[in-house]
Amino acid sequence: MADGPSEFRWMPEQASSFARETDALYLFLIGVSSFFTIAIAAAIVYFAIKYRRGSAADRSHPPTHLFYLELTWILVPFALTLVMFVWGAKAYFEQAWPPKGGIEISCVARQWMWKFQHPEGNAEIDDLHVPLGENVRMTLISEDVIHSFYVPEFRVKHDVLPGRYVTVWFRPTKAGQYHLFCAEYCGAKHSAMGGVVHVLEPSQYQLWLSGGGETNVSPQVAGQQLFEQLRCGTCHEGGGSGVNRGPPLENLFGSTVRLQNGTTVVADESYLRESIMRPAAKIVAGYQPIMPSFEGQIGEEGLLQLIAHLKSRAAPDRNAPPTGPSQPASPPLEKGQQP
Amino acid sequence: MTPNAPRPHRNYLNAAYTFRSWLLTRDHKRIAILYLFGVTGFFVIGGIAATIVRLELMTPAGDLVQSETYNKLFTIHGVTMVFFFLIPAIPTVLGNFLIPLMLGARDLAFPRINLFSWYLFMVGGTFTLWATLAGGVDTGWTFYTPYSSTYSNTYVMATAVGIFITGFSSILTGLNFIVTTHTMRAPGLTWFRLPLFVWSHYAVSLIMVLGTPVVAIAILLVGLERLFGIGIFDPSMGGDPLLFQHLFWFYSHPAVYIMVLPAFGVISELIACFSQRRPFGYAFIGFSSFAIAVLGFLVWGHHMFVSGQSVYAGMVFSMLSFLVAIPSSIKVFNWTATLHKASISYHTPMLYALGFIGLFTIGGLTGLFLATLAVDVHVHDTYFVVAHFHYIMVGGTVMAYLGGIHFWWPKMTGRMYPEGWARFSAILVFVGFNLTFFPQFVLGYLGMPRRYHVYPAEFQVLNVMSSAGASILAVGYFFPLTYLIWSLCYGPKAPPNPFGHTGLEWQTPSPPPTENFSETPVVSEEAYNFPPEDTEQNLEQEETPVGTV
Repeated sequence: MADGPSEFRWMPEQASSFARETDALYLFLIGVSSFFTIAIAAAIVYFAIKYRRGSAADRSHPPTHLFYLELTWILVPFALTLVMFVWGAKAYFEQAWPPKGGIEISCVARQWMWKFQHPEGNAEIDDLHVPLGENVRMTLISEDVIHSFYVPEFRVKHDVLPGRYVTVWFRPTKAGQYHLFCAEYCGAKHSAMGGVVHVLEPSQYQLWLSGGGETNVSPQVAGQQLFEQLRCGTCHEGGGSGVNRGPPLENLFGSTVRLQNGTTVVADESYLRESIMRPAAKIVAGYQPIMPSFEGQIGEEGLLQLIAHLKSRAAPDRNAPPTGPSQPASPPLEKGQQP
Repeated sequence: MTPNAPRPHRNYLNAAYTFRSWLLTRDHKRIAILYLFGVTGFFVIGGIAATIVRLELMTPAGDLVQSETYNKLFTIHGVTMVFFFLIPAIPTVLGNFLIPLMLGARDLAFPRINLFSWYLFMVGGTFTLWATLAGGVDTGWTFYTPYSSTYSNTYVMATAVGIFITGFSSILTGLNFIVTTHTMRAPGLTWFRLPLFVWSHYAVSLIMVLGTPVVAIAILLVGLERLFGIGIFDPSMGGDPLLFQHLFWFYSHPAVYIMVLPAFGVISELIACFSQRRPFGYAFIGFSSFAIAVLGFLVWGHHMFVSGQSVYAGMVFSMLSFLVAIPSSIKVFNWTATLHKASISYHTPMLYALGFIGLFTIGGLTGLFLATLAVDVHVHDTYFVVAHFHYIMVGGTVMAYLGGIHFWWPKMTGRMYPEGWARFSAILVFVGFNLTFFPQFVLGYLGMPRRYHVYPAEFQVLNVMSSAGASILAVGYFFPLTYLIWSLCYGPKAPPNPFGHTGLEWQTPSPPPTENFSETPVVSEEAYNFPPEDTEQNLEQEETPVGTV
C-alpha cells in the first residue's frame, strides 16, 4: 500500500482532484470545533474553580437570562454553519456532475467482488487501473445488495445500488496504489470486499491496456454480438422504410425522446436499461407497447455491453451524456400493458 | 427541610414483599425499578458483545471470531443498546420514577398501561434475545434492504418482531407522560414552573408517539417482503431499496433525540442542583427541546448523502441538519453560563454532568462534519461516524443516565452511594471513554470503514488504543454495578433531600411512600428557587468543597 504501517498519518494521501478541497473544509471544521470546545472547556474550568462552594467569589446579582447574549450564541453559530453548508454543498455539486469527456469504466458489484470493464475490453476483478490526470467516469450497478464504492485517498464514495445505475467521477492526481473498500455493509465477507486502485502514468496505463487484466473484445463489440443474438434488429432496424415496429436506435443515446403521454425523457444509461428490462414503463410516442421484457435474460454485464453498443451508434459528442447527478429512476410515466 | 433522623416509615419498597406485589404493581416507582432491572440486563448483554468486538479488532486479521460471528456480534450490540437500552433507559427508569413526583401527582395518568408497557418491553426483548441465542442476526441494527429482506439467512424476522413489540411499549410510555403532564400537575405548578426534566420528557414523548409507528411500518414491510415475497424494497421484485432507508431514518434519526433529550433533562437538573442556581435561560433550554423535537423529524436524509438520493434533497437535508445543531448549542452555552456566579459542589452526579457537557460538545460539533456534504462523502460509513454517535449516545446519554441514577439513587432506594468509589469510577468512565472513541475519529478520516472485522495493518495502532480505552471503560461501568448493589445494604440512610435541590420529589421522604405525598403539595414559587448562597443551613453538607474536576 501507499503508506506502510510504520508511518503514522492523520489524513490519507491526497490522490484525486477532490482531496485538497475536502481536506481544507475538514481543517476549517476542526478549527471551528476546536475553538468552541476549548472555549467551553476553559469557561467550565474557570467557573468550576472560581465558584466552587465555599469560595469567596462575588456572587451578587447572578443573571437568570440575558436576551442579547442568548441571541449572540444563536446567531454566531448559525452564521458559521452557513459557511460550512455553502462550502460543503459547492464541493458536493462538483462531485455530482461528471465533466464531459474522459475515460468511461463500468463496474458491476456483487457479494463480494468488484468487476470493472474498460472500454478497450480489459476486464478486471478487485483491481482497478486508471491513468493519472484523466477524468474517469464510472457507471456502477449491483447485482444483489447495496454496496458502496469507496477510495479514501480520492475522498470519493458512492453507494452502488441494485437495479439502478449510479455515476461516480474522479481525476487521479498522484500515481500509486490505493485502497478500494466496500463501505456499505453487505453481508458475511463485507470486509473482504475490497481491492486496489492503481493510478498509473498515462504511458504505463497504455502499456497495461495492451496486456493487462482479462482482455476480451471491447464492450461495444460484445454488445453488438448480444444485439444480434437477441435479434433486437428485427423490430428496431427496418432499413428506414417506415416499417419499424420499434423506435430506431441510431443516434438515440443522449437525445431527447418524446413519449406517448406527451412528456420527454433524455435517453441516458438508466433510460436504456429500463427500456430493455421493463419496456412498458416508458412508451415512445407513435409505437405500441409490444416489446417483451428481457428481465432475467440479460445479466448486468450484458446490459452494460448493450448500452455500450447503443452509445457507439450515437454521434460521438453525445457520448458524454448530459447526466445530472445520479437521479432516482423516475416513476413509470405510462402504465402500458405487458404484451 | 431538616435532616431527618432515619426513621422507619412505610414506603413503596416495604409496602409489600411478594413477587406478585412487584409483577402486578401499578405503582410507577415499582415499575421504574422493574425497568431498571430490564435495561441493566440489556446493557450487560450489549456490553459483552461490544467487548468481544473490541477484542477482535485488536489485530488486523480475523482471528478471535470469524466474519459471520463478528457480524452477529455488532448487530446484537447495536440492537440491544439502541432499542433496549438507550431509547428506554432514562424515560422508563428515571422518567417513570420521577415525573409523577416532580408533578406532585400520585401516579402516572394510566398506571395499568404503564405496567403493560413494561411487559411489552420485556416480551420484545425476550423475542430478540431468543433470536440471538437461536442463531443470531447479521444485518446490523439498521436492517438495510434488500440485504435484510432477501439475502440474509439469519433470524431477521424474530429480531424485527421483538423490536416491533417494544415499539408499542415506547408509544404507550410517551402517551402516559403527555397525559400526565397535562392533567396531573399539582395546584400552582404552571408550565413555566415545571422542572426542565419534565419539559424534555414531554418533548421526547411527542417523538415517541409520532415517530415509532413509522419504524413499525418499515419493519412490517420488511416482513411482508421476506415472508410473502411482496416486492417493496428489492428491485428484482420491482421494489426500491432506498424507500426502506427513508422510512427507517424517518424514525431512527428522531430516535437519536429520543435518546438524548431525556439526557438533557437530567443534566439540567444536575447542573442546577450542584450549582445551586436556576438554570441560565430556563425558557430557552425548555423551548430548545421542542425545537429539537420538531427539527429532528426533518433531517433524516443526512444519513443518505451518498445513497443515490437526489443532490437537491441532499442540500436541503444538509441545511436542516445544521439548523438542528443550533438548539443543542443553546443548551450547552446555557449550562455553562449557569456555572457563572454559582456555588458549585462536586458530588458524583456533577462530575458526570460536567463530563457530559464536554463529550456532548465534541459529539455535537463532529455532527457538523457529517452535515457538511463534501466531508460526509468521505467519512460516511467510516469509524468517524461510529465515534460521532458514540460521543452522543454514550458520552451523552449513558453519562447522563449514570449521573441521574447516582443523583436519584438516595430517593429511589433510601440509601446513599459511596461517594469516593463513585467519583473514582466517574473519572474512569470519562478517561476510558475518550481513549476508546477519540482515536476512532482519526481512524475514520483515514478511511477505515465501519463493520469491518478484517482491516489493513496501518489501522492497527489506533484500533489498539481504542480497545485499551474500552477496557478502562468496562471497569468504569463495572464499579457502579457493584457498589450500588452494596449500598442497598450498607450505604448510609438517605435524608429526604441530601443534595439540597428544589423540586417536589425532594419534599417527600426517601424512599417515598406508595402514595408519593401525604398530602397534595401546593406550588407557590418558580422552579429552581434556590436560597441565596451563605444560608448554609439549607444545605446539609458534610462535604468540604472539592476543587477538582
